[in-house]
Amino acid sequence: MIRVLDGGISTTVQDLGRFGQYHIGMPPSGAMDLFSHRVANALVGNSPEAATLEMTYGGADLRFEEDAVVALAGADMPARIDGDDVPMHEAVRVERGQELETEFTTTGARTYLAVVGGIDVPEVMGSKSTYTLVGIGGHEGRTLADGDELAIGENGVDREAVIGNRAPESRLRDFEAIDDVRVVVGLCDYRLTDESRERLCEVDWKVTPEADRVGYRLEGPELDFVEREQPFGAGTDPSNVVDVGYPIGSIQLPQQPIVLMRDAVTGGGYATVATVISTDRDLLAQIRTHETVRFDAVTVDEALEAREAAQADLDAIRDALE
Amino acid sequence: MTTEYVTAPMPGVFYRRPDPDDPPLVEVGDDVTEGDKVALIGVMKNFHDVTASHDGTVTDVLVDNEAEIEAGQELIELTIDD
Repeated sequence: MIRVLDGGISTTVQDLGRFGQYHIGMPPSGAMDLFSHRVANALVGNSPEAATLEMTYGGADLRFEEDAVVALAGADMPARIDGDDVPMHEAVRVERGQELETEFTTTGARTYLAVVGGIDVPEVMGSKSTYTLVGIGGHEGRTLADGDELAIGENGVDREAVIGNRAPESRLRDFEAIDDVRVVVGLCDYRLTDESRERLCEVDWKVTPEADRVGYRLEGPELDFVEREQPFGAGTDPSNVVDVGYPIGSIQLPQQPIVLMRDAVTGGGYATVATVISTDRDLLAQIRTHETVRFDAVTVDEALEAREAAQADLDAIRDALE
Repeated sequence: MTTEYVTAPMPGVFYRRPDPDDPPLVEVGDDVTEGDKVALIGVMKNFHDVTASHDGTVTDVLVDNEAEIEAGQELIELTIDD
């Protein structure tokens, strides 16, 4: 069992997500940076489905009430076990009674803590992920707080065998170097003027303090919509359309852009002008408040190639650890 | 006498008051005790306490109310009696 001494700024239990519930308005939730979540699990020999702790900006402090092996992946986060530094992207031993203390991320926004056996919480609709807006999944449907107790699962992985596992640096992401995220333009980009459609992918967008698991609210120049007569069933704002489903990563424009993330509403009446591709949503989730990002328009085929490349990196990491 | 700085634990928006109608949490000249709430940072639709890192006297507030701040930025200068 793991006892939470300090929940940090925003720490939740997450896995790969909750699928097949869009029709009831239930978003997938799950790790915001799935790549790093998968790396954390690979380091300790877990399957990718095992639940990790997603720690945002400032990590949690935890006391381990049993022997365990853990790994940190994603944003660089200084951490110590009973005063000894814990390296990133390496499986390390924690003995019963020891405390893991973490500090604030030095690059990126989100760090994943995996433990051999995974974080064991009840599944809700097939997932251990926390969806805080309605308070389901994870640990009591909320961010972790002082005094919480988390069970560690059993998966038969030999803890001694994975200690010292290190991910090859060349396959990891450099969050300092993210300047742009790739998008597929559409579905409602026809609502933008030609000039604004071009500007969308030519200007810097600044991440505001209101960027979280639900959406990344961005700041930048005004974009203009084509004049039109309000269609029956759409709202009065120029950016309103008759309701559409919102893909994860889709960019809506109620004046300023919001990129919908993993805890977002699943549909509504705003025009979605582009969608951040799945591999780059992992990167966007590591961009901090006040940093800027550009959108780089790609085709669906290029998006699929990017996904294959990311999968190849994950496979190489898993292979290196065998 | 030594000078210490209270730094931002996270990026966000700096607030000197818990509520727009309240007085600032600290003013220059105030004595503070380690752990005292001296400011707030708003990020991800939540407010987080910024606490004094040491016992001391506030000798400068380096950031304007509602300014955007970065993680690690120096916010408040404290002078410590050694």
